[in-house]
Amino acid sequence: MPVVGRIVRVSGPLVVAEGMKGAQMYEMVEVGEERLVGEINRMSGDLAFIQVYETTTGLRPGEPVYGTGSPLSIELGPGLLQSILDGIGRPLSAIKEVAKSPFIKRGIKVPTLPRDKKWSFEPNKEIRPGAKVGPGDVLGYVQETPLIRHAIMVPPDVSGVVEDIVGEGDYTVTDTIAVVRTPGGEKKELKLMHKWPVRRPRPVARKFDPVLPLITGMRVLDTFFPMAKGGTGAIPGPFGSGKTVTLHSLAKWSDARVIVYIGCGERGNEMTEALQKYPKYKDPWTGRPLLERTILIANTSNMPVAAREASIYTGVTIAEYYRDMGYDVLLVADSTSRWAEALREIAGRLEEMPAEEGFPSYLASRLAEFYSRAGRAQVPGSPKRIGSVTIVGAVSPPGGDFTEPVTANTKRFIRVFWALDARLAYSRHYPAINWIMSYSAYVDLVAKWWMENIDPRWKQYRDEAYKLLLREDELKEIVRLVGTEGLSEKDKLILEAARLLREGFLQQNAFDPIDAFAAPKKQWKQLYAIMEFYHAAMRAVEEGVPVKYIREKLGTLLRELVMTRYKVPNDKVEEIDKLLNEILAKLDEAVKEYKAQTVAA
Amino acid sequence: MERVVREYTSIREIRGPLLVVDGVSDAAYDEIVEVELPTGEKRRGRVLETARGYAVVQVFEGTTGITPMGTKVRFLARTLEVKVSEEMLGRVFNGLGEPIDGGPPVIHGEWRDVNGDPLNPAARAYPEDFIQTGISAIDGMNPLVRGQKLPIFSGSGLPHNMLAAQIARQATVRGEGEEFAVVFAAIGVMYDEAMFFRKFFEETGAIKRTAMFLTLAEDPPMVRLVTPRVALTLAEYLAFEKDMHVLVILTDMTNYAEALREISAAREEVPGRQGYPGYMYSDLASLYERAGRVQGKKGSITQMPILTMPNDDITHPIPDLTGYITEGQIVLSRELWNRGIYPPVNVLMSLSRLKGEAFDRTREDHANVADQLYAAYSRAVELRSLAAIVGEESLSEVDRRYLRFAELFEQRFIKQGFYENRSIEETLDIAWEILAVLPESELYRIKDEYIRKYHPKYRRRRIAAEAEAKTA
Ligand SMILES: Nc1ncnc2c1ncn2[C@@H]1O[C@H](COP(=O)(O)OP(=O)(O)O)[C@@H](O)[C@H]1O
Ligand SMILES: Nc1ncnc2c1ncn2[C@@H]1O[C@H](COP(=O)(O)OP(=O)(O)O)[C@@H](O)[C@H]1O
Ligand SMILES: [Mg+2]
Ligand SMILES: [Mg+2]
Repeated sequence: MPVVGRIVRVSGPLVVAEGMKGAQMYEMVEVGEERLVGEINRMSGDLAFIQVYETTTGLRPGEPVYGTGSPLSIELGPGLLQSILDGIGRPLSAIKEVAKSPFIKRGIKVPTLPRDKKWSFEPNKEIRPGAKVGPGDVLGYVQETPLIRHAIMVPPDVSGVVEDIVGEGDYTVTDTIAVVRTPGGEKKELKLMHKWPVRRPRPVARKFDPVLPLITGMRVLDTFFPMAKGGTGAIPGPFGSGKTVTLHSLAKWSDARVIVYIGCGERGNEMTEALQKYPKYKDPWTGRPLLERTILIANTSNMPVAAREASIYTGVTIAEYYRDMGYDVLLVADSTSRWAEALREIAGRLEEMPAEEGFPSYLASRLAEFYSRAGRAQVPGSPKRIGSVTIVGAVSPPGGDFTEPVTANTKRFIRVFWALDARLAYSRHYPAINWIMSYSAYVDLVAKWWMENIDPRWKQYRDEAYKLLLREDELKEIVRLVGTEGLSEKDKLILEAARLLREGFLQQNAFDPIDAFAAPKKQWKQLYAIMEFYHAAMRAVEEGVPVKYIREKLGTLLRELVMTRYKVPNDKVEEIDKLLNEILAKLDEAVKEYKAQTVAA
Repeated sequence: MERVVREYTSIREIRGPLLVVDGVSDAAYDEIVEVELPTGEKRRGRVLETARGYAVVQVFEGTTGITPMGTKVRFLARTLEVKVSEEMLGRVFNGLGEPIDGGPPVIHGEWRDVNGDPLNPAARAYPEDFIQTGISAIDGMNPLVRGQKLPIFSGSGLPHNMLAAQIARQATVRGEGEEFAVVFAAIGVMYDEAMFFRKFFEETGAIKRTAMFLTLAEDPPMVRLVTPRVALTLAEYLAFEKDMHVLVILTDMTNYAEALREISAAREEVPGRQGYPGYMYSDLASLYERAGRVQGKKGSITQMPILTMPNDDITHPIPDLTGYITEGQIVLSRELWNRGIYPPVNVLMSLSRLKGEAFDRTREDHANVADQLYAAYSRAVELRSLAAIVGEESLSEVDRRYLRFAELFEQRFIKQGFYENRSIEETLDIAWEILAVLPESELYRIKDEYIRKYHPKYRRRRIAAEAEAKTA
């Protein structure tokens, strides 16, 4: 029997209730006459300390608190895709209907998955009465959206012998589709949905190293700081540096099959934008509307802070669930700093000892727990499947200071660091990813894919280009002392080539229909063309042709090289080769002319 | 909440702005309290914490002069509300929404909780209508759209009030005759600043469409926290129930944040950066997010908060947290102002996150031109500081053209008069004149077709050719 207690104290989102002996840590409770949703996060004698996920205005001592007997959980089943949920899994569109208002009213109870919708279920022929089933075994499929075939799986905590399974037909998420007798003799009715406690990772059979790149279509990421399927990354940066735009680009263009986008303590309009535009944008890999592969979780900055803390777990649990079907899932969280701040605020109310900058001492372990839910794995059950969860979290360091606790601790648990730089953003170098401070631990792992599928020279050219950029940085220091004219001709050419790399390769306009997404082949051709120009020009310089002369002769063509970003679509990349040939020919000509001139003079 | 008023005289403790009242067991969290001193003076307060046996009350006007003996504390069984109506346009109020212009009280209207409720992201409509402010530095580089929240980051002594006033006067959505209603909240400002705006609204005739809420520097901190909430509650009413396009100006958010810090310190909370409370981000968001558009409603709220950056430091928690919430920022530059440039907008540090929506609705070349101006100006600024060290002569010919570009950009494009109202076409044409200083091969942010259509070189040629064709 779930307990019923009484409120003895209310302070912001924190409620203390007595008479709660018998309740569990992390149990979900309903607080007050309006039955606001809350979760126990400390027990002491018969007192329970509860963080409430809705505003507590108007609550008073003496009001009841009802236990539910179960931890904070999320419904998993068909109907998650294309929805927008709040931090504890309530669909915001359903809240809008019930509230009959554009504003979020509290105490509204709506289930995550629609109850009236019927899904056409196609049973797995191999599962018959008498079959032994265990966690993850696929009972059948539901075509959730044209893009996603949703596997209906035996939940992770169920196994036994199938007594009954329904035939092909239309069912709601609460209809029983199979009955399983457990070894203990208990009969379990399985439905299209099941519940899972969000704070508990869903188990996997075996974890693998991430070896496949997550193709994002962003050149600076894919070529220089690649993400891997099942990898972890952080994108820290001050306000306005491009965290959200980059995460949106990942959500829009990357080759994951399912996207979970968590707007955690950020702007309402950014979620609205996704909601209104993703149905119109096409997934570049399938041509279908993007929303068909997307789940949005929105606990914006003005929504209750405790639910912000929960939103991260809700999101990652959903991501794991689709991984369990064998999909590559990308989870992006904007912003993990707001989540950490929610943690801090609740800890403060609980009068816990603060560590650095007021954050609780368990900040690091919570971050570790979160990022370790990423990975590429063989999932339990049959048929055999491999799925992955890739996690990318935005970090919003106060004042852009990367030494602050959230950034510093996050760095310990991620493998890809995309450092955004206010100075680049101010000069409108987008994405403002600082190539000196960023890193990826996956370069060598994913190089194999690039060399097998795109070009065997990929690693060599990528490394050379990267070195060129580092060299530019050193040269700029020198220029600051002596000016550009004081450099050797070779060094001037390095600056020129680095500028081409910056303008024509690193920079990418997320809002240009062609530039926004560069397929691997296009990325390679662009990189190759810039580097081949550089090689040929270096030979010319070595033969005594000044850089200024080359620039004058080739200026328009070099502009064309940069403009391939906007002018060459992914299915016409041969045009880059043509342009390169033109450039090389023109360069040859220029060298000859120059030599003729100098001989004449 | 059932509406039963309860009265207590059992003040156990007075600490800073807080009263601890004993024997109370049914105070509601956030409930409003009336405190009556033995002298008959009444003050307002709010329940910060409620428990069995006591309640902690924060007194808006401060606790000076309150004695535990003989002071009555009445729990009013409601949250802080303000009566809102269209009647409030043309009027001046204090920070709690009470008239201070000598006029009658607001008669018709509806009581609303000043805290509002969060807008449901699934009910919002994405902002998209370009607002022409007539100011090139804004319209050209960082255009604003209706329903956006775009603050001005200023410094003490910089002309942010002038700029806000110019925007309020000139802002229009083209193709539509309707004006903005203006809701203006002065938060802890000096008397002369408040009067500057009042006079300005009177002179331009905008006063009829303006509701002003004024709290002065000497008003207690708690009132400063309430003022923007009262103003925004009216704005929401006008926008979403009366179909109006509302421009909300909040000045000065620095005073607001300082009040927040003061009260947090009095509550003995664990301080965050520079003493500001850890929840300042969420608190500011609870104001700034009260902007935007709603599906199925005609009105909108455009917010323009103004703040002065302490020591001109953009990484200070006040501008920093603001920038993390708002949809961009207009940053003013002391350096430009000292060089006599009005409006002294530091375009490189400024940003309008919704500019893309505006670009879709102005002239086709707008996005490319803005992008190119940015690229060129930032390069030029870098070269300028280089030139200061190594001398202009050690720069290349192209680099020197960039320097010339920067000069023109600041003097011709950014600089304009307080009464100068430029159309977006004028702004873009000036931009092209300036870009023409650079070699065409440097214009790699602009599509070829726009270069041919708008670059003065081709335009002049075209005009000449057309003239020739005519005479022939
Ligand atoms: N890749 C990009 N291409 C074009 N513009 C970009 C890009 N990245 C960022 N921006 C610009 O920078 C602005 C701020 O980016 P945003 O992602 O919202 O920053 P943050 O989330 O770090 O505050 C955007 O509104 C957009 O104008
Ligand atoms: N915020 C507060 N301000 C003033 N007095 C308080 C406050 N919180 C609690 N008290 C008083 O202190 C007593 C002890 O309560 P407790 O909740 O254990 O707080 P603490 O641990 O801070 O002393 C309460 O009975 C109440 O009278
Ligand atoms: Mg962002
Ligand atoms: Mg105690």
